[in-house]
Order: sequence, then structure tokens, then C-alpha cells
Amino acid sequence: MNRMFQRAAALAFAIVVSALICIGPAHSQLTIEIIGGGATQTPIAIVPFAGESDFPIGITGVVGADLQRSGLFRLVDANGPRPATPQEVRYGDYRSRGAEAVVIGSMQPAGGGLVNIRFFLLDAVKQTQITAFSYNVGSSQFRAVAHKIADVIYEAMTGDKGVFSTRIAYIVKQGRRYMLQVADADGYNPQTIVTSDEPLLSPAWSPDGSRLAYVSFESKKAVVYVQDLASGRKHVVANFRSDNSAPAWSPDGQKLAVTLTKDGNSQIYLINADGSGAQRIATSSGIDTEANFAPDGASILFVSDRGGSPQIYRLALRSGAVERVSFDGDYNTSPRFAPDGKSFAFLKRDGGRFNIAVQDMASRQVQVLTQGGSDESPSFAPNGRMILYASVQGGRGILAAVSSDGRVKQRLSSAIGGDVREPAWGPLGK
Amino acid sequence: MKRLILIACLGTLLAACSSTPETQTPAPVDERSSGATGVPPPGSTTNPAGGSSLSGSAIPPGGTAPSTSSTGPGGRGSPLTQPGSILAKRSVYYDLDSFVIKDEFRPLIEAHGRYLRDNRDAHIIVQGNTDERGGSEYNLALGHKRAESVKRALSVLGVQDQQVETVSFGKEKPRAQGSNEAAWAENRRSDIVYQGE
Repeated sequence: MNRMFQRAAALAFAIVVSALICIGPAHSQLTIEIIGGGATQTPIAIVPFAGESDFPIGITGVVGADLQRSGLFRLVDANGPRPATPQEVRYGDYRSRGAEAVVIGSMQPAGGGLVNIRFFLLDAVKQTQITAFSYNVGSSQFRAVAHKIADVIYEAMTGDKGVFSTRIAYIVKQGRRYMLQVADADGYNPQTIVTSDEPLLSPAWSPDGSRLAYVSFESKKAVVYVQDLASGRKHVVANFRSDNSAPAWSPDGQKLAVTLTKDGNSQIYLINADGSGAQRIATSSGIDTEANFAPDGASILFVSDRGGSPQIYRLALRSGAVERVSFDGDYNTSPRFAPDGKSFAFLKRDGGRFNIAVQDMASRQVQVLTQGGSDESPSFAPNGRMILYASVQGGRGILAAVSSDGRVKQRLSSAIGGDVREPAWGPLGK
Repeated sequence: MKRLILIACLGTLLAACSSTPETQTPAPVDERSSGATGVPPPGSTTNPAGGSSLSGSAIPPGGTAPSTSSTGPGGRGSPLTQPGSILAKRSVYYDLDSFVIKDEFRPLIEAHGRYLRDNRDAHIIVQGNTDERGGSEYNLALGHKRAESVKRALSVLGVQDQQVETVSFGKEKPRAQGSNEAAWAENRRSDIVYQGE
């Protein structure tokens, strides 16, 4: 009881959220720090669930950490009674502490090794129920349920989909060893998907989240593979003469855009996910690479040095028409469409410093979001609110995230040592 | 659990080798990576980025003439590895963002061009590299363009296309560690590697 209070208090006041380490199993490899916060943060009281302390793994700590990580919520003191139902709630307790919303719930054995987890999201001002859910799960699903609850709360309060149940992929380099790992969005449950003594690059999620495309140097040169996550089966997608790289999925998951050099320059091809039917889609005398599909599949953004410096271009796939879309500066690469297609994130060099920026498609207005100087590999969260990217801190590669308005910043640091890089945020679950 | 996944990965890795589509022909790539023996560390003699003394001075008169009775690439007595032979020089360095072969490396390219023209059974792999700054994928493409620039220069000298493979390591295999100008200059580089070495 007391420990739970301390935990909630720590979450409410701490700038650095280390609570994740305390709450979950000890094998987490990424921990998350929050730097800065949103312009407006909804004050919310997350009351420890009735019966929660009977279980080794808590729920509300995870929910609170998720919501706080978004930068859009502020946890207020939830100490006191632990009501299991809305009828038991004394709203005044939470209103006096500034809460606009209250989360309560219960955990009870449901037989057969299952636990019934029930939660209510309440409007503290109107004193009404906003939403409620009930789950019967085994203890291995506790974290997954906590992320689901956080998703429900996030969507109810902000109108956007929550991304707490999503996964991220990234490359860990330890000495000469490279690992492609997949973890929950909060860094928990890391799974090593591929291990290699040669570099691994550019993981890309299939739109349904079932497969990862990536580049491996395991045959001493860049080759594009696709691996099925459930079965672990992988196959070569592109292993033509010279280098094969930069895989990007079409929104229907049938094809990939890849960069091939079989005919000389780095040029962009469409290829079926089984490796058949490679077809060149753009032609230049220089570098074309880093294709990224618009969400509607009608166009791609890509990088080309056809104008003398690496810039971002848009190719309309039906007509073949190409237009330059980046104009500011002499190095703009790694374009990634926002999920709504209205803007894109990219890597921008300015005075020798590399930072993540976003550009509005219509107005062409550019906003630089990061100040790391060695930042790269932007990847949008599937709700478009955060951008995951690679940065360097103390000479080590780390992952970081920034909200697409630049206000909220997070650092994800690896507890296992080595460099973490090349992040890719996975899609929303079905 | 993790072990199971790993085993599954290894199994499919083997399977993947045999299931490569027929249309795709993997290029033979030499195992040798940057920094191997026979390559004089360029930084030890001159500043690879700004130095202009890399060319000319090291060429002994007549020393570039390839010996047709060579014992093979890298063998004893081969001009490819003879100390002082320009053919023992294998690295071409570039300015930031650039793939242009600077004049100081022309003699090196011409010497290898002559050797490859006179030894049609000799094959090389040109490995393109970049410094660590910027994204992996653009650097991979830039490394390729650097390797390709060497291949084109050799082609102009009469070297046959099939004698030269290109591969890019991008920024993935830096010879010089560290995040400073000297390391970056060292890593903006193409290396010529003879098959069989």
C-alpha cells in the first residue's frame, strides 16, 4: 500500500520516470526518461485498483507511466481509498487535488488462473462515467492490459488513438554483434529477431505488423530480407548485383520499394514482397534512395542528389511525375510521411548538425524538432503524435522521441550497453 | 524462448540461401574488409583529406609497370603488394559529400587501370565508405557512388566491366573510430581489393 503510494507520488512529481524499472520484470532493456511536456496536460488521478496489491505485477503504475510519457497528462495525487466502483468514489477528494479525470478499478481472481481486471474512467468535474472495460486475463497479459487501458483513456481524453500497445523495432550494436530487436513501445519485452556479426540496417514494419523488412550485411554486402515475426521465417527480397537497401512497404503490404544498384547508380524499384517482379520506378543519373509511401499509396517521397545535393522529392506513381519538395539547406534525407499524409519527418543538416525536422506538405513550412546534432532515422508513431529517432548521448547511440509539435521529448536508454539505433515504430494493432 | 527464435532464424537463414530468386545473382564479395594487410594506413604518411603529397612522390620510375609474370594477386613479388609500388596503394579519399576523384589519386587509379588491362583475369572489388555523419541509407548510396566513380574511371582506362565489382559499406564499417575530422576524413574512402588477396 505504502509502496504504491510512493510510486504514484514519484510519477506525479518526477521529471525522470524511473518507475518503469521498479514496477515491471527486471529484464527490461530500454528505460524511458521524459524531458519537457505538452502545452496542456490533463490532470488525471489514477487510483491504485482495489485488490491490485495482491498481485506481483501492478497495472496502474504502467497505465500512469504510459499516459505521462505521452506528455499530455499530469498525474495527480491518488492517495486514499481504493474504490472498486463509481458508486464508491468521493469525487471531492480528486477535484480538490485538481484532477479532471479519475481512473479506478479492481483486480480479482476469476478462476482458472485468470484475473478479472475492471476499470472505469470518470469525469471528475461532471461526476459521470466516461468509459469502462473489463478483461479476464492471465498474469502474463497484465502489461498488455495496462497498455490497452492507457490506450482507451488516451483516446477518450484526446480524440487520438493511443499507441501504448504498439511495438518498436531497432538495431542494437554490441561490440561486433548486431541484433534486430522488437520491443513494446515502452521498451519492455525486447525480443531478438535477428543476430549477425555484420551490420543490420533499416528495419521496416509491414503495414499489418506481422513482418519486418531489413537490410543485412551477413553475406558481406547489403541484401534486403523480409522476416515473419510469428514463424521466424525469413526470405531474401533483393539480392541483386552490388547493394540492395532501403526497404519501404506499400500500404497494402504486397510490394516494397527498394534501392538497387544492379544497373550502376542507386535507383528505386518496386518489388513484390516475395522478391519477384523488380521494376524501376524513377530514373536519374545520380542517387535515388530512401523511398517512403504516402498513406494512400499514390505517391512516394524519396531522396535524390539529382539537383547537386541530397533533397527530398515526391513521385506520383501513376503519372511518374516528380517534384522537389525540400528546398531549405543542402542536406535533407530520410523522409517519412506522417500517418495522415499531411506532413513528413526528415533528417536535416544545418551547419554540420543533423536534426529531425517536419515539413507541412501544403505550406512547405519546416519546423526543426530536435537539437541533438547527431540525430537520424525518424519514424512516426502510428497516431502521428510522436516521432521516434536515433540520437547520440555520451558517445553512445540511443533512441529518443519527440512529439510532432516539438514540445514533448523522451529518451530511451539501453540498460544492456552498446549502441541502439535505426528505430522503426510499428503499426496500430488490429 | 529467445533461443528458439534464434534457432528458427538460423534455420531460415540456411533456407534463404537456396531460395534466392533466379533473377538475382549475388555478386561475389571478398571477405577482406578495410584495414587489411597490404594497405598502408594513409593517415600515417599524409593527411588523407587535405594532403596533396599522396600522389607522385611515391611512384618509383618504372615501378608502375605491371609484371605479366606476376605470381598472382598479392603473391610474393607481385607488384600489387611490393612496398613502394603504387599498386600497393589502394585507397582513394574524398571530400565531404563528394564522390569526385581528386587529381592526387589519378596516378593510383591509372596504375590499377594498367594492371587490370594487362591482367584480364584479375578482378577487383571496390569498397565505398563514408564518414559516420547523416543517415545510414544515404551514406550507403554515397558509398556506392564513390565505389562506382572508381569503377567508371577504370572503365575509361580500358578495364572491362566484369573485372570490377562494387560494394558499399556506407558508414557501417569505419576504419577509423572516433567522431572527429581526422576519423571522418579517413573514412570517406574507396578501397580497391584484389580477388584472391
